[in-house]
Amino acid sequence: MTAKLEIRDVHKSYGDKVVLDGMSFDVDEHEVVCLIGPSGSGKSTLLRCIDLLDPLDAGSIRLDGIDITARNTDANAVRRRVGIVFQSYNLFPHLSVLDNCTLGPRRALGVDRKSADAKARELLERFGLGDKVEEYPNRISGGQNQRAAIVRALMADPEILLLDEVTSALDPELVGEVLGVIRELAGRGMTMLLATHEMGFARDVADRVCFLHEGRVLEDAPPSQLFGSPQHERTAQFLRRVRDAGRI
Amino acid sequence: MSAPDPQPSGLPGGLPRRRSFFQSTADMLRQEGARAGIIAVVSTVVFFGGGFLLVVNSPNWPRVRDQFFNPEDFRESWPDVLDGFWLNIELFVYSMLTIPVVALIVAVMRSLRGPAFFPIRLLAVIYTDIFRGIPLILLILLLGFGVPALDIDGLPNSSTFWGMVALVLSYSAYTAEIYRSGIDAVPESQRSSARALGLTQWQSLRFAILPQAIRNVVPALMNTVVSLQKDVALIAVLGVRDAVREAQIYTTRTFNYTSYVVAAVLFLALSIPLTRFVDWYVARDRAQRSQTLV
Repeated sequence: MTAKLEIRDVHKSYGDKVVLDGMSFDVDEHEVVCLIGPSGSGKSTLLRCIDLLDPLDAGSIRLDGIDITARNTDANAVRRRVGIVFQSYNLFPHLSVLDNCTLGPRRALGVDRKSADAKARELLERFGLGDKVEEYPNRISGGQNQRAAIVRALMADPEILLLDEVTSALDPELVGEVLGVIRELAGRGMTMLLATHEMGFARDVADRVCFLHEGRVLEDAPPSQLFGSPQHERTAQFLRRVRDAGRI
Repeated sequence: MSAPDPQPSGLPGGLPRRRSFFQSTADMLRQEGARAGIIAVVSTVVFFGGGFLLVVNSPNWPRVRDQFFNPEDFRESWPDVLDGFWLNIELFVYSMLTIPVVALIVAVMRSLRGPAFFPIRLLAVIYTDIFRGIPLILLILLLGFGVPALDIDGLPNSSTFWGMVALVLSYSAYTAEIYRSGIDAVPESQRSSARALGLTQWQSLRFAILPQAIRNVVPALMNTVVSLQKDVALIAVLGVRDAVREAQIYTTRTFNYTSYVVAAVLFLALSIPLTRFVDWYVARDRAQRSQTLV
């Protein structure tokens, strides 16, 4: 059986800087995979490449066995199947929370306003934003922004959700509410690939954890194994540093 | 883990606390304010009074007064100049409505990405380069006299029309650059998240980028409107009977220049309220932004 998402020998450089250097791994359906690793190890770049926001230099990414990095791919069709949430939420500041959520479905999918609104309200309600529907992004907290951004990404019923360090820009006391949302999605069987610095959360919620180093997957294992007895000296070193910083 | 001191208000060393510091500053400013007011009044009276006396006491003042500020001529030239001024207003309104549309199209053409759109981008670059590079008065002369002379079937033959086209082309080139700076000021991440929703490039621009960009540049656009309001007077070089041309006609007939002052007064009557409005709007916009950016 083919995996939901297959990353195969992916290469990507920005100028002289090699960011992805032959990265390969799979994500199965209903699986939650966490990418951990130092800054610059290629986590964000990989997620951007999967959503076709950046082109690959070499290698391929397959969704349900079909190469989405092929030249003739309809990028917009892929983006409707893959949701992405960014570190800095990136809600549109001129639109209310509700309109932020319905813009994609209404314009890209042709959903009518009424059903888009109803769906957005229901999702926002479920994630505790029922009273913020009409608010503008700059009038609500970072945690609420990020939860709204997750709802926005869920509106198109994506088959896989990419989360790029979604708690890194948040004040510590707001991290929990966003992780709660992700936990709930994991519980419902959402296929997710997340780049994160929250090791405790990764250990908790992930089916597999990939440790990225210099653009490659250095270690790919279930969390208990990767955090408990890392096979690689680099992994152990990274985890020690994270632990010393009090982030675990 | 040691948390930083959560109460930075208690400054060490018995320094004045924040609140009282601001209060005393406010008191100081208020006292300063009264004194500053007096100084402002006195210096204004001296400055303008002195200037006025200097002009009025100059040896040729009586002659200049009769030539430029003659009440008789003011009354006599007023109706014709005012008549001409309506044409200026008409030109102003039409171009004010056309320029933002043309400029936006050019700016969007220039913001399209991808190799397929290269010719469109190139076209936009050529447009802005040419029409920003030619002095407006030359452009008005070239189009206003040139195109009607071609006598092409189906094209309007009026100098006024082509003069206005010149005005629109030139101003649109500048305005397009204003829009473009606003588009460039929207963070790249906004474009990414719009594209990530499956919106096409055009939809991303239309629904995510442009609304933010236009809001960014409204103050700059309004200043352009103020400047446009005066530049419609350049149409007079075509012999079109606008306010300036009417004033000129009166002058050649009577050898009195008061009609020019009439035209100036008419333009001021429009531009001063407009400028005040723009200043007010920009200040309000700035205040609103600083308020919401918590």
